Amino acid sequence: MNPDASTIAAGAPIEVDLSPVAEGQDIKVFWRGKPIYISHRTKKQIDEARAVNVASLPDPQSDEARVKSGHEQWLVVIGICTHLGCIPIAHEGNYDGFFCPCHGSQYDSSGRIRQGPAPANLPVPPYTFVSDTKIQIG
Amino acid sequence: MSGPSEFKPNNPALQWIERRLPILGLMHSSFVAYPTPRNLNYWYTFGAILSMMLGVQILTGVILAMHYTPHADLAFKSVELIVRDVNYGWLLRNMHACGASMFFFAVYIHMLRGLYYGSYKEPREVLWILGVIIYLLMMATGFMGYVLPWGQMSFWGATVITNLFSAVPYVGESIVTLLWGGYSVGNPTLNRFFSLHYLLPFLIAGVVVLHVWALHVAGQNNPDGVEPKTPKDTVAFTPYATIKDMFGVSCFLLFYAWFIFYMPNYLGDADNYIPANPGVTPPHIVPEWYYLPFYAILRSIPNKLAGVIGMFSAIIILCFLPWLDSARTRSSKYRPLAKQFFWIFVVVCVLLGYLGAQPPEGIYVVAGRVLTVCYFAYFLIVLPLLSRIEKPRPVPNSISEAILANSGKAVASVAVTLVAAGALLLGSLGDARASEGTDKPPGNKWSFAGPFGKFDRGALQRGLKVYKEVCSNCHSLNYIAFRNLADPGGPGYTAAQAAAFAAEYKVKDGPNEQGDMFERPGRTADYFPSPFPNEQAAAAANGGKAPPDLSLITKARSYERGFPQFIFDFFTQFQEQGPNYVDALLQGFEDNPPEGVTVPEGTYYNKYYPGHAIKMPKPLSDGQVTYDDGSPTTVAQYAKDVTTFLMWTAEPHMEARKRLGFQVFIFLIIFAGLMYFTKKKVWADAH
Ligand code: FES
Repeated sequence: MNPDASTIAAGAPIEVDLSPVAEGQDIKVFWRGKPIYISHRTKKQIDEARAVNVASLPDPQSDEARVKSGHEQWLVVIGICTHLGCIPIAHEGNYDGFFCPCHGSQYDSSGRIRQGPAPANLPVPPYTFVSDTKIQIG
Repeated sequence: MSGPSEFKPNNPALQWIERRLPILGLMHSSFVAYPTPRNLNYWYTFGAILSMMLGVQILTGVILAMHYTPHADLAFKSVELIVRDVNYGWLLRNMHACGASMFFFAVYIHMLRGLYYGSYKEPREVLWILGVIIYLLMMATGFMGYVLPWGQMSFWGATVITNLFSAVPYVGESIVTLLWGGYSVGNPTLNRFFSLHYLLPFLIAGVVVLHVWALHVAGQNNPDGVEPKTPKDTVAFTPYATIKDMFGVSCFLLFYAWFIFYMPNYLGDADNYIPANPGVTPPHIVPEWYYLPFYAILRSIPNKLAGVIGMFSAIIILCFLPWLDSARTRSSKYRPLAKQFFWIFVVVCVLLGYLGAQPPEGIYVVAGRVLTVCYFAYFLIVLPLLSRIEKPRPVPNSISEAILANSGKAVASVAVTLVAAGALLLGSLGDARASEGTDKPPGNKWSFAGPFGKFDRGALQRGLKVYKEVCSNCHSLNYIAFRNLADPGGPGYTAAQAAAFAAEYKVKDGPNEQGDMFERPGRTADYFPSPFPNEQAAAAANGGKAPPDLSLITKARSYERGFPQFIFDFFTQFQEQGPNYVDALLQGFEDNPPEGVTVPEGTYYNKYYPGHAIKMPKPLSDGQVTYDDGSPTTVAQYAKDVTTFLMWTAEPHMEARKRLGFQVFIFLIIFAGLMYFTKKKVWADAH
């Protein structure tokens, strides 16, 4: 009952052009049926994400480890709540990040869980920068 | 089913069969000669009710499956087409959807009955465990069935529930992929759920046979909890139990029919009339009412894995009940303390159900935790402790002795409590449909409300005009064909008028023999064309959000009725949240938002829209549409007419439904009366 060949084929990597996304905005693309948030973070959001004491987080991970160096402004995460799979809303909640409407989990501007029942940070999908304004997800 | 029977048929042909396959003897000894305790009360008819419900669900389900398409793009539509176009499809669908709720309602009473009278105790442990297995299978079946219409709640319910398994350490993710057949809930998931939803009821039927077998070996428990000793303690299954069950079943059918014909959407969620959208999560994800207590337990535990374990153990713990409660006295009738704790437990379950439908915030979370502890404490602390310290009252020596000392008073009060508790639980869903911080739409008098409600033909025709001249510039009406305008119970046009109406539209058809698409005048079989070629175009032309299709809008919108209003709604058959909301929304635009409220650019202030900022500009103004019948051309009148029209598009067979409902009620009341008097006659010599 595992995914069939066509489903797997449809899950091949996709390319996303980042140039239309202005600072402070984000876009949602679908890859393998999952929504992927790509946010162009503001300076404030980046600073906030880096200012927290990593050890105090429920799922400790530094912001540096969650973005590609040289492209700090781009946060790419799978927009699926690690609690029970709802889609968090961007730019909501107390941490300048994401808020899940289902059971109230809150993620910060690095997609890390800060409050609520979700056990883990929003996962970062495998992706690479093909050029400065284009990424390949998958 | 126990032992060879002495049954000898008289007919030689039957004798021939009986010698080779003693099936008639089996039937005779199981359902005719089988001795049942004389003191069974009506709570014991729920076994028969459940068997009937299983039959009804399988029968309606098999027919529905003949018309249903299990594909992510087509499932929602195929369900709508069943309701609209299949002969009596609306009836089948309502029977099946409400039937699931009735099935659970009956099973909860059946289980609580077992709990109260100690029916799980020696020698009935296996019987009880088989029951718990049936219950688990029912939950799985019900959940997968709810996914099939592929509305928003189906999709997100499926997402949340399947993700429960991701909490399993190490293999969780692989299990979830296996359930999905992909990387997220999607078409493969729908396909396999359909297959399993078709399979599981037959498994249930198999386990039910075992359940009944075990019952007939151990014999039925009874309200006094003493085993029958002499033949005086029992009566034959037929006619005594059979006729009693028939009366119980016919009363239950009355209750069931109330939902089928008058309140088909009372137990459902308005969001499920919105097609599944993987990109948008509804603000509140609420499972069907029968899972709410367990959902509340899941949410009240702040750790994911622990929450999932808590939820499943809340059910599994039932299997251990025979050993947790080791008291020798079976029936709570003779256990003063156990009786009180039983009722406390019932209240805890109902309250948990209520909390399961509330948003997980503040006081609800705390209350959920307290009640979760109470739930488990009942099984793990109260019952084991009581069986050690409680001093039961003396149990009668035999069933006949108990009947002589009969006290029938308790039953009435128990019935009242249970009905009240049930109503609270049933209605708790109503509370979850949210439109927070929004004014409630004012009530309205609708011609289609109530048990004899009919659509106002004039309003339908005027509403169609408003739709055509105003709404249809942005909103589609995908599920309505021109032929529907001439359907009975609709706007009352003739077939010729509908054809003329259709001919005014240009419909895209093709490809022709040259391979080109071409335009032709509409025919009655065509559907109302949409204003935009596809959803993206609709979104692009409307500031990023496609205007919703209007065919189902009056069923897809709702607002919170609140406690205790939703309980009264059950009795008054109030079903008009959707129309009230649509009507209020159309009139709720205000040019100057109240002091201190600013709406974002590109949106408009609307008093009744959740969040108040709506993308749709004020659509109607006085005098905009001309009416030929002299009705006032005001926004209020337009709103009322177009809402009536949209109620018809959402529920085109409403008049037929209510008419048939009335006939069914007359029949059922007479039938139940006959059963009651027959039962009296049959039992006259047994008491
Ligand atoms: S799914 Fe996001 S908090 Fe539960």
